[in-house]
This record gives sequence, structure tokens and C-alpha cells, in this order.
Amino acid sequence: MVTFLIIVAIALASLAVWQLLRVFEGTAKLKGGDSFVPTDAENKYQGRMMLLFMFGYFAFFAWLYVRYAPHFLPESASEHGLVLDQLLDFNFLIITVVFVITHVFLFYFAFKYTYSSDRKATFFTHSNKLELLWTTVPAVFLAVIIVYGLSAWMDITDEAPEGSLTIELYPKQFDWTARYSGSDSLLGASNYNMISGVNPLGVITNGSLTSKQQELTEEIAGLKEELETVPKGGLKEEEIIETIGKRERQLARVSSFEGLEAASLVAGDDDILVKTEFYLPVGESVEFIFRSRDVIHSAYMPHFRAQMNCVPGMTTSLNFISRKTTEEMREITDNPDFDYLLLCNKICGAAHYNMQMVIKVVEPEVYSKWITEQETFAESIQPADEEGMAEATNVTRNEISMIEQ
Amino acid sequence: MATAAEHNTDHHHEETFISKYIFSMDHKMISKQFLLTGMFMAVIGMIMSSLFRLQLGWQGESFWILNFFLGDKWAPDGILDPNMYLALVTIHGTIMVFFLLTGGLSGTFANLLIPLQIGARDMASGFINLLSYWFFLASSIVMIVSLFVETGPASGGWTVYPPLSALPQAMPGSGMGMTLWLVSMSLFVVSSLLGGLNYVVTVINLRTKGMTMTRLPLSVWALFITAVIGVLSFPVLFSAALLLIFDRMFGTSFYLSDIHVAGELLEQTGGSPILYEHLFWFLGHPEVYIVLLPALGITSEVIATNSRKPIFGYRAMIGSILAIAFLSFIVWGHHMFITGMNPLLGSVFTFTTLLIAIPSAVKAFNYITTLWKGNVRFTPAMLFSIGMVSTFISGGVTGIILADSALDINLHDTYFVVAHFHIVMGLSAVLAMFAGVYHWFPKMYGKMMNRKMGYAHFWVTFVCAYGVFFPQHFMGLAGVPRRYYTNSEFPLFDEFIGMNEMISVFAIVGALVQFIFIFNFFYSMFRGPKASQNPWGSNTLEWTTPVEHIHGNWPGALPTVHRWAYDYSKPGKEHDFVPQIVPLEEGELDGGAGH
Repeated sequence: MVTFLIIVAIALASLAVWQLLRVFEGTAKLKGGDSFVPTDAENKYQGRMMLLFMFGYFAFFAWLYVRYAPHFLPESASEHGLVLDQLLDFNFLIITVVFVITHVFLFYFAFKYTYSSDRKATFFTHSNKLELLWTTVPAVFLAVIIVYGLSAWMDITDEAPEGSLTIELYPKQFDWTARYSGSDSLLGASNYNMISGVNPLGVITNGSLTSKQQELTEEIAGLKEELETVPKGGLKEEEIIETIGKRERQLARVSSFEGLEAASLVAGDDDILVKTEFYLPVGESVEFIFRSRDVIHSAYMPHFRAQMNCVPGMTTSLNFISRKTTEEMREITDNPDFDYLLLCNKICGAAHYNMQMVIKVVEPEVYSKWITEQETFAESIQPADEEGMAEATNVTRNEISMIEQ
Repeated sequence: MATAAEHNTDHHHEETFISKYIFSMDHKMISKQFLLTGMFMAVIGMIMSSLFRLQLGWQGESFWILNFFLGDKWAPDGILDPNMYLALVTIHGTIMVFFLLTGGLSGTFANLLIPLQIGARDMASGFINLLSYWFFLASSIVMIVSLFVETGPASGGWTVYPPLSALPQAMPGSGMGMTLWLVSMSLFVVSSLLGGLNYVVTVINLRTKGMTMTRLPLSVWALFITAVIGVLSFPVLFSAALLLIFDRMFGTSFYLSDIHVAGELLEQTGGSPILYEHLFWFLGHPEVYIVLLPALGITSEVIATNSRKPIFGYRAMIGSILAIAFLSFIVWGHHMFITGMNPLLGSVFTFTTLLIAIPSAVKAFNYITTLWKGNVRFTPAMLFSIGMVSTFISGGVTGIILADSALDINLHDTYFVVAHFHIVMGLSAVLAMFAGVYHWFPKMYGKMMNRKMGYAHFWVTFVCAYGVFFPQHFMGLAGVPRRYYTNSEFPLFDEFIGMNEMISVFAIVGALVQFIFIFNFFYSMFRGPKASQNPWGSNTLEWTTPVEHIHGNWPGALPTVHRWAYDYSKPGKEHDFVPQIVPLEEGELDGGAGH
């Protein structure tokens, strides 16, 4: 019913406009001819509108700036971000000047040189001097922008200094996991074939390898049993055979990891996996490593002026040094609830908008305390059986100490 | 050519409705077909943007109109589904970039203006031209059909990056909807190539006597170079789409590797999604200029005519078109600064991208200088053209920020980017397209459009356009990511709730105002006052043809060209314009030489 009423309303409105136009046409004819080009009055009016628009546009800009500039990102929480913010200010200064000058000329000329039938435009076709001027002046400014910008870029993208804390940020639809390298400062090897319920990142350790092999073997056995029960030659049979093939190939790939060096097979045991929030020690260099489980995501940490795509099938990285703890930033922003956020900034599916993780930047002592309280990977994949758990831990701990020796 | 001319002029026989309006091979009719199809697609794209603006302005609130358009599945109780939000954003982008501003813009004006302004009877191949339109229409129909499939249309963003777009498990829109998207785009590429080849061949071969390359109007130069860019870059999109189809259907792994999605392990290894990004943006960036150059061409024509003054720096304008076209092929990597590319490669792309600012600046300054000491007549087309110069500058300067790889780190994929490309590419091209329609409507339909409605249309559109996109820079500087269904999941962006409401109001008012244009368009087509042969006092050849369209464009012999297209207000002349067909007087120099 509402729809019908609206259609009627639109129809009536169109009719009204149509009638209005006929009146317009009639009066135009009475006034003596309907000129195709604008009348003097129209030109004058539109010329003034140009000028009015210019002031309106600048006023809008100024209002937006006054109202919203306080809500831009607060001062950079990373060292390199300070350089970026200066670069941004420098570029903004230049483009704002260009923007204002060109707009003043554009709208003022439109206003000033409004049509008049007793005047002729100046026949001015080109001027090498002028054209040279506005080719070289932008070129000089751009040269400065390029040199300044690229020196910042090369600094920022430089490799992480020795001894940086390594953290892997691993996205999937629709959450993040952060992995710390633990006491050995080495991230354990990982592979997507190893992913399972208890091992979301596919970390490869002796423990996870055995349990993944066991899981796959059991699944294959189960499928083979099921195969006996389904009718021969049917679709279901075909499907099961296909799945068995997939699992067997996966098992072969998983088993090939046994050939990895012993050291890398234990490096993952002391890794620490955390969700929902992760900690960074202030003032220390951190190198982030990114992979992705399913589609492209992008790790966006706006307060640190840091962003990097996470691409399945490859590893990307970035590094920075944080310079303000969460507490300090709460004071700076005068907001007791402030938190640094890691957001996803590459369209990744329905819940893309809600793929976040809180970043806590804390004093190094707080960080050390926090990290020791976390469960290691080896602990997290232990079977529910309490005794078995203890044994497994002992074995891996021993192996690590052996390697360290 | 002469024989073709004689052949055509006497061939004005009666035609059936079908051969005249449907399967026409006449470039003027094909131009109108492109325009109407483009306008139809644009209305769909515009309604979609209004729908997602409702969600963004009043996040999570219920609107019966969402339910009316999208039904219970995609807008239960009038609340937009997040998957449908992404689908709307995706199809809005696809339609606006490809169907309106590539097919619609180039298709309309290249078809209308190239033969008429170079003095040709028709396109080099009328039949290829007809095919070009029908592939475009087929492509449009497939795109519209994809809106109605059960799992929804493609929704991985208009760039459809795999793996998201390759895996139906990753999102419902990557199912049937994505297949149809790829089919539609493949048809679209065929249409573009057929059209583009025809435009290039026509400009090179069918110029009338005296129409040297340096006497061509800038509109033809722009459309010509656009066609060259399209012919060189669209095949790459085609290959990207083809490989994506293979990955989706035949288990290849061009773009896929190491994927575990929705609890399932995929066996594809060795591919790279980054390969797709390279292929896509190798078209994608030239595509920006495929959209922008015709807009600049139209603006050059309209500004010179209505300033009653030669376009300033004609040769510099041609030079900048060529420079932009060349550079457009070596800048695509600036869309990929944060994909982990080698920083050194990133530097190269930063450098080449910033170079584009120079020819662009030359163009902007030349437009402004054309107005200086002109005799500016504010037809609706002129208003839209001045608006276009404004958006070209406003959006262009922020490009300098985004081209800087270091600054792109924090602005990439935020609303700053949305603001930048909507203003510099979207608004500029749309405003110029309106300018083109108002300016050449008398040529297309032999009628005049209503000027008062044109004025109202311009001012409301222009104000709303800036009202929508200008504030988005500020959201971007606060770090608000694009393609977010809602910002209410965390308090970081709460300050921008009010701004989002304001933007949505501007967007919806701006959308409604377009119905004034549509009304004006169709009303004038049927009831507008009859146009005169040269209503704007223009120099170019299209205004020497009869108002009533005939096959072959000119009765009798083809016109001969004696001068460039910009002899406006030339000293010593009686009128403030001298058409190109007027011979040079003794001792008179052509092309503004000596001035």
C-alpha cells in the first residue's frame, strides 16, 4: 500500500513539473523568443553563484577542519610514524596552497569574465613562457616531494634490526591470532596442512606432527569403513573415495615434515599463541610476520602508522618501535577507555568490519610478566589426559635443552 | 572515400523500426543506444549507493525501503545484511566504473563525436560498431541478471581480488554471482575492444580533407588516445578474468596457494593472488584515464566554446594527453604499495605516479587560463565543465598524498582513498558526461534541453557531490577503513557518526536530483524546442550537419577543413566564432599562430 502511494506521489509530482514547464514555455514565448543561449540576467546570476560557491566551499573546508581535525589519529605511537606525520603535514601544506589558489582563479575568472555582448574575449592562444612556468614549478615541487617521501619510505621499509622481538599475526575469517616466539626467540615452522582445531596456525612440532598424523590416519580409516557400507557405484562412494585421496595426499605432505631439522621441529614448542589482545613492550623494536589462512587480509594498526597485506601462500613483514604505552596514550587523548587496535583493512567477507584485536603497549617489565603467564603451544596441544600432558612437556623441554647445549 | 561519400548520400531510403532503432549501424543511433543503456545502468548503481548510504548513515537501523528493494533475504526487517552491503558496494563500483564511465561515456561520445568532428560519413566499420553495442548490452544484461541469483551478486569489491572471489566457501557472493560477473566483464572487454579498434581506425583513416591531426578538436584527441589505451590494456583484464575462471572452475592454481578455508584444505599450491593484482591493475590504472580523458576532452570543447576563446595551449593539451596516456601504463603498482612488494619497486612506482601530476597540472592551469579574459556564457554544460575542473583539481591534489608510498601505508584502503578517487575520477567524469549531454543534446535529438532545470540540476548535484565526498577525507585521516558494514563494533570512530549521517543526506538528495535531469532529458527529447543548426556558435564540424539526422551525416560532399577548431573571438572577424569550414583569408595564419 505504501509502495502504491509513493508511486502515485511520484507520478503526481512529475505531472506537476510537466505542467509548470508548459507555463514556463508559454511565458518565454510571450517575452519574445526563447533564446538557446543564456540571457544576460542568467549569466550574471550564474557568475555570482560561482563566487558564492567558492566561499561556501572554503567555509565548508574550514568548518570540517575545525570540527574534525581534533579527531584525526592522535600523535604517532611509533617512532617512524613521527616522520610520516611530518611528511604528511608538509605535503598537505603544499596541496592546500595549490588547491586554494587554483580555486580562487577558477571561480573568480568565471565571475569576472561573465558574458557581455558588447565585449569580445581576448584571442590568447598560447604562451610558451606561461606554459614553461607551470610545467617547471610543479616539477620542482614534485621533486622535493619525491625525494622527501622516498627517503622516508626507504627508512620505514628497512629490515628490522638484530634482536627485534618477532611476532606473527595470523588472520583468518574473521579473527586474528598473534604468535610470539617464546624463550628461544625463534618462531617454529608452520604449514597450512597442519591446521587443526587445537593448532589454528599449523605450527609444526614433534607433538603436533604426531597428533596430526594420528588424526589423519584415523579419519582415513573411518572413511574406509564407511566406504564398505555405501552402495557401490553411487555418488556417495565416489565422494568418499575422493576424500580419502585428499586425506592421503595430505598425510603424505604432513609426514614429509618429519624430514625437517630437529631444531626447527622444537622451536614451536615454546611459541605462545594469543587471541583478542596482544602486548608490546614500549621502546623495543618489533618485527611482525604475516601469513593468511584463507583470503587476503590486511593488518592495519592506524595509531602506529603501520599496515601490511596478509596474503595466503606468502609471507610479508613490517617492523616498528612503539613509543607510547597504552596508559600514556590514554592521557594524551584524554580518554580512559582508549585502546590501540589492529583492524582488518582488506575486504575479506561478511564480518570484515569486525575483525579486530586490541594492542596493549606496556612497560618492558609488565610485558615480561605477561608473557611468562601465557600458555605455550606445547601446553596448549596436550591431550586432556593429565599425566600424558606432563610427560609430553618433559620430553619437549628436554629436547630444547639438548639443542641449547 | 569519395566513392563511399557518393554512395552514402543517395541511400536515404526508408528503414524499418528494427533497422533504424534496434540493429542500427549508424554511429549517431549507436551513440544514443550507449547513452540510454549507460543511463539505465547508472540509475541502478545510484540506487545501490543510496541503499548502502542508508546503512552507513544510520548503522543497523531498519528502513522499509531496504526491504522493498532487497527483500526478506537480504534486508530482513529492513536491516541490511552485511553480505548484501558488500555486494552493493561491489556492483555499484563495477557499474559506475565500467558501465557508466567506460561503456557509457566513451561509447556515447566517441560514437557521436568522432565521425561528426573529423568529417566522416560514419565509423570505419558500422557492423563492428553494432557488435560493440550489442556486446555491451549483453554484458549489462548479464550483470543485471547476476543481481537476482540466490547467493547474491559478486561481493568481493569491484577489484574482485582472489582468493576471496575465487572461493564460494569464503563468501556467498563468490558463487554464481561471481561467475556471472566474470562472464559479464568478459563480454564487456569484447565490446570495449571492438569499439576501441573502430575509433582508432576511424580517426586515423577517415579524417576529411584538411583535417590534419593538429586541427583535430581536443575531444577527438582525447577519445582517440582513450581508445588506444583501452585496446592495449583491456586484453590484460580479459586474461586476468580468464585465469580466475580457470581457478574457480577447473582447479588450476594461478592465484591460489596454501589455503585452508571454511574448515576445508585446498590442494592448490604455487599460485599467487598478487599475480592477479598485477594483471588487474595493469588494466585498472589505465582504466582511470580511460574514464578521465574523454571527460577532459569534453570539458576542453565546452569551455572553449562557452568562453568564446581559444583553448589555451592547444599543443600543450595534446602533449599532456599523450604524456598521461604513456605514464598511465607504468604506475599500476601504486595500488599495491602494501602488498609486500620490494620497497625499491615501490619507489619506482611512487616516482612515475608523481610525474603524472605535471601534465595534469598543465591541463588544469590551461583551463583556468582559457577562462581568463574570456566571455563566459553559463550554459548548463559550461557549469558542469567548470565543476569538472574544480573536482579534477580537488581530487587531483590528494593524489599527490596517496602516490607517496610512505604516506600510503597509513591511508591505503581508508576513506581518504574513497574520497580521492570518487572526486578525481568519478565526479570529474560524471560532471563532464552531463556537460557533454547538455552540450550535444541538440545534435543528438535535434531539440534543446530546458536550461532552468539544467541550472537546478547542476547546483544541487555539485553541492551534494562535494557534500558527500569532501568530508570523507577527514574520515580517512582518522583511519576509518573503507568497505566496513558498520563502525560501531569499537568506539574508535564514534566521532564520525554525525558526519556519516550528513554524508548520507547529501548522497540521497543528490541521487533524487538526478531525476530532474532524467525528466528534462526525456521531456526535451519529445517536447523540447527544436534546435537550430549551431545553437552554441561552435566552430567544429558536427554543427554543420543538418539538425535532422541523415545517413552519411552531410548531404552532398564532405566538408573541407581550413583551420583549427578554436578560432573564437579572433580579431578582425565579424562573429565571435569562425567555423572550421571557413577558408583562411589571405595572409591569415591558422592555429592561433602569431598570437
